[in-house]
Amino acid sequence: MLVAPQHSPGRLAENVMHFARVLRSAGIAVGTDRVQLALQALRIAGFDSRPDFHAVLSTCLLDRIEHKDLFDQAFELFWRDPDLEGRMRAMLLPKVRAQAALTPEQRENRRLGDALFPNPRSDAPQPEPDESMQFDAAFTVSEQEVLRKADFDTMSADEWRAARRALSMMRWVFEPLPTRRAEGSPRAGRVDWRATLQTMARHGGELGEMRWRRPRPLPAPMVVLADISGSMSRYSRMLLHFAHALGHAEARVESFVFGTRLTRTTRLLKSRDPDVAVSQVVKAVEDWSGGTRITTSLHEFNQRWARRCLSSRTTVLLISDGLEHGDTKALSSEMERLAKSCRRLIWLNPLLRFEKFQPKAAGIRAMLPHVDRFLPVHNLDSLEHLVRLLGSPDGPGRLH
Amino acid sequence: MPTPDLPASIDELQQRLLALDYVADRQLATAVFLALKLQRPLFLEGEPGTGKTEIARTLSQMLGRELIRLQCYEGLDLAGAAYEWNYGRQMLEIRLAEGTHADRDTLAGQLFSSKFLIQRALLQAIDPARQVPPVLLIDELDRADEPFEAFLLEVLSEFQITIPEFGTVKAVTPPIVVLTSNRTREIHDAVKRRCLYHWVGFPDAARELQVLQRRVPGVAQQLAQQIVGFVQRLRQVELYKQPGIAETIEWARALMQLDALVLDPAVIQDTLGVLLKYQDDIARMQGGEAARLLEEVRNAARVPV
Repeated sequence: MLVAPQHSPGRLAENVMHFARVLRSAGIAVGTDRVQLALQALRIAGFDSRPDFHAVLSTCLLDRIEHKDLFDQAFELFWRDPDLEGRMRAMLLPKVRAQAALTPEQRENRRLGDALFPNPRSDAPQPEPDESMQFDAAFTVSEQEVLRKADFDTMSADEWRAARRALSMMRWVFEPLPTRRAEGSPRAGRVDWRATLQTMARHGGELGEMRWRRPRPLPAPMVVLADISGSMSRYSRMLLHFAHALGHAEARVESFVFGTRLTRTTRLLKSRDPDVAVSQVVKAVEDWSGGTRITTSLHEFNQRWARRCLSSRTTVLLISDGLEHGDTKALSSEMERLAKSCRRLIWLNPLLRFEKFQPKAAGIRAMLPHVDRFLPVHNLDSLEHLVRLLGSPDGPGRLH
Repeated sequence: MPTPDLPASIDELQQRLLALDYVADRQLATAVFLALKLQRPLFLEGEPGTGKTEIARTLSQMLGRELIRLQCYEGLDLAGAAYEWNYGRQMLEIRLAEGTHADRDTLAGQLFSSKFLIQRALLQAIDPARQVPPVLLIDELDRADEPFEAFLLEVLSEFQITIPEFGTVKAVTPPIVVLTSNRTREIHDAVKRRCLYHWVGFPDAARELQVLQRRVPGVAQQLAQQIVGFVQRLRQVELYKQPGIAETIEWARALMQLDALVLDPAVIQDTLGVLLKYQDDIARMQGGEAARLLEEVRNAARVPV
């Protein structure tokens, strides 16, 4: 039974602060104000059982459900393991129990293990070869033309660098959709009573001029679902740069990649430098070399993420070649569910680089009826075309 | 009559909630207790239908405080949430002032006084004229947008609202604030930092049975156990939207209306729409799936506990 130590209250505070430090290095952001809150709560609530202590700490230190498992594991390890005696200066428990050495197996445990025993890792990843970007301003107009039409897959190293630079310099304008918020408007429309009355009050009750409002347009949010299967080809990398550029434009963009599994990459791509961001994704995503399971990934997206990311104003960009083996009926129903949950579904398919492309594969035929636009995405030109499409208001309706 | 005191311990809080038919698990009771004692807002996140709104209602009943409810929606703004000026009466006042030839400065002062101020939920909750601070429920915060969250920060931090024409209104005693969210959108960290956080999950079988027996008095014991067993297993199936406690209670009421004493496949088929709200989920559960779950429930009942 745990008793709040009245005789040495400072030790409890130190232990809780240590615990917060452990949580921070394991990836849960805990601010010092939350630690203060936790200490205050422990003083006021008191605690006379371990579950209560756990509940008090989790209420104060947690702020999202995804961290709960990690928190629970950290709690188990921290408030029990005598191996941490060097870090825990006071025992909260009356007895010290000998315990076998921890063997972290799961991925979270490894992070926790690193957080609890911070040692330099012997298998540090090799630093990437320094690709210094030479800004060659000597590209002539015709060379630029060639660059725009060059297929990502078959670019030379120089063209690749220039293409990445061009991508980061593209101007992204997203289609503004009216929202329910209002802003001031010079033109007559809906009356802004508050501003009108304020003006009247200032002028002693004379109605000088009316003030107006209109719905404020905000750029439509977007979700990018990118298929990154196959080997680490240039093509997939360019997609990640593309997703990064989108994410740093004005609108709200959520990005996901999928191969055999679906991974959310929105936060990983937040870094300003595109190369850093892409390398973060490369480290986090593990299934580069596997095949694709489009149906499973779309299913996971629909089950777990659709209700959080999609709304009636969202545009979804699905980037995939559509070559799915096996049962295509499930694929069709997942695409239908996806299409119905968003405003428009744009399918970008690199196979359209071939001019004589015919949608014959069963997977492609299953997916095609549910998309609003079917576009190529193999060179800078096609990306520019896509940008123009994203910035314009809705064209004619669904394809079929 | 003096209002009831705040509970002195987590146990007492749980008992008092139970007396009002709210079955709270220990973690939720701890979070509520801390929110009351530390005078911090309580942020409850979870799937729809898990009793987040209900806890606020029960708290207000338990403590004898008024419940002020702010239902959030996209585009909720200052005028809908906090206050609005009564433009019609202000215009009338201007016309009347013209008649008496009042001078400009007094007019401006009179126009923006408290008698022309319409108080909405947030301002009502922090009105210093109140004797007893109310329970403020900000429901479904994830449906409001980010500018509203930014505005809410001032209210939640200082329990005050600044009205440019009028002044600052500050609460004498902070109200008890409960925010709920269905997690359709991430709430900004700054709001969460102000609050104590708790995720309200689906209940386990024992607690769900207790809730059912309290909320649907008169339900037969065997039916209640079968209902709970079925719904608990249903939540393991991969559905688009899992049924919450609210759906369980509604289903029990529906079955009682149909005079069902035990579950059978036919009555389950007829009443699936009470539990499941998506056609894909209903289609999945029709036929074999529901019968299989029912069989498991029956087998579990036969094994002595």
